[in-house]
Amino acid sequence: MTRSNANSRLVASGLAKTYQRKEHPPVRVLDHCSFEIEPGKLTVVMGSSGCGKSTLAYILAGYIKPDAGTVTLNGNPIAGPGPDRVLVFQETALWPWMSVIENVMFGPVARGDQTTAQARQNAVQLLKRFGLIEFRDKYPGQLSGGMKRRAEIAQALMNQPQLMILDEPFRGLDEMTRELMQEYYMRLFEETALTTLFITSELEEAIFLADRILIMGESPGRIVSSIHVDLPHPRQFEILDSREYLDIKRTAMDTLYSLAHDSETPGYGT
Amino acid sequence: MSSAEETLPKTNTATAKTSSKPGRRKPKLPLPNWRGSVAVLGFFLLWELLVRLEVSGFAQIPSPLTVVKVLFSTYIVDPDYWISWITSFQRVLYGFVLAQLLGIPLGLLLGTRKTFNYLFYPVIELLRPIPPLAWVPLSILFWPTAELSIVFITFIGAFFIIVINVHDAVRDIHKEHLWLAQSLGASRGQIFRRIIVPSVIPSIAVGMTLGIAVTWNVVIAAEMIAADSGLGRLTWEGYVSHTGPVVIIGMISIGIAGYLSTLIVDRVEKRMMPWRTSH
Repeated sequence: MTRSNANSRLVASGLAKTYQRKEHPPVRVLDHCSFEIEPGKLTVVMGSSGCGKSTLAYILAGYIKPDAGTVTLNGNPIAGPGPDRVLVFQETALWPWMSVIENVMFGPVARGDQTTAQARQNAVQLLKRFGLIEFRDKYPGQLSGGMKRRAEIAQALMNQPQLMILDEPFRGLDEMTRELMQEYYMRLFEETALTTLFITSELEEAIFLADRILIMGESPGRIVSSIHVDLPHPRQFEILDSREYLDIKRTAMDTLYSLAHDSETPGYGT
Repeated sequence: MSSAEETLPKTNTATAKTSSKPGRRKPKLPLPNWRGSVAVLGFFLLWELLVRLEVSGFAQIPSPLTVVKVLFSTYIVDPDYWISWITSFQRVLYGFVLAQLLGIPLGLLLGTRKTFNYLFYPVIELLRPIPPLAWVPLSILFWPTAELSIVFITFIGAFFIIVINVHDAVRDIHKEHLWLAQSLGASRGQIFRRIIVPSVIPSIAVGMTLGIAVTWNVVIAAEMIAADSGLGRLTWEGYVSHTGPVVIIGMISIGIAGYLSTLIVDRVEKRMMPWRTSH
């Protein structure tokens, strides 16, 4: 977890993806989608639902191939899934038949990087830190939503990824848990400076977490605007009352409104 | 890792299990459902009455009292009766287990291997709609002994169900579950053993539940047609020899046998899926 993130720069350029559907017109999900993620920073991609955020996440993780464009991490093109980029899914992807600790240990043991005993020891450390140690032998189905999310983040961290991709990870949690998880991730990020791409559709969440917000437009999805978030660290929720926060929110809202206006007005810009 | 670490998880589960049910320290005794009891009693009374009043259709049907008398005086002490039980159970067991042993791997292959699927799935689709009992004559012609042909028909009864269930389950695996394993660097073999196989266990369980019910149906019918032993045969002989009580005893025995098999299968299923039962 102390691995240096100094070089984990992700560059996406000209990404395009069109889904072919049976008996329906094809959907152009992404086009000319380009951006960079700076090492050691928390970059938030924000956009309305259905704008292609998940498709983007799947391309970065290497699960699907773009029709055009390239993604490189530290200059190396991404060819497929790998433990250097771990994605935390929207819905829980913990394997329900494995206990919490088995889920967390899976990566290093599967790759042969650690023996089972070593992995168990490391997993125990992580689970202690994540407040899940008493639940290590429970199955994911026995955990609350917030605990599942923490277990998944622990599972990802076990692999010392260079880039964490979180695809609307706190969606579906109740508001209280959601705020706790946001603070939780903020603290983790402040401790580790783990390069993170965080995808969300919520502006408040975006501003609270981000060093930089990339705003994504839809049909087709692409990055239309970048907002620098200069709020101080360590960040706590009181920051949501600050003047700076409100200024950033105003800027972001203006961008979002003009985007919404463009897409809701027929004929505009065509 | 120290041995103390190794033993920790066990104690943890124990405390977790007891503490997870704070509201129910004492298991509640099920209250006898008096309405249900009245209904069951009423059923037997009505039956007894219909037989005594010689209502049309009931002329050859024994009263429940006669059945109980014959059962306890003759059958319960007759080794042949118990041999019928064992014979039928064996046939169900062989047919059922064989269906799982061949059907689960075949379902997995059909679900995971494209070429294999293109080659063999049409054959499965072709044979599947044929009811197991339609196989009886062919089976007798093909297999050298009646015993083998009955086991084969029983096998057919459970085989297609399990193949289709496993095949569909492989197709329905959450892509996130596979992707996550790929991201974490698992090999194809590891993904198969640790992700695909456990993912289909719940569907194997469904296939087993359906399969055991069909298996008993099939074995009884097959015994009536093609065997000289077993509970199905016992029931049929009761009919042929005009001994009404035997027919009823056979029916009840088959019912109990089926119920017991379901209990066993349920237990096996629970052990297969500890994550589904521990809450």
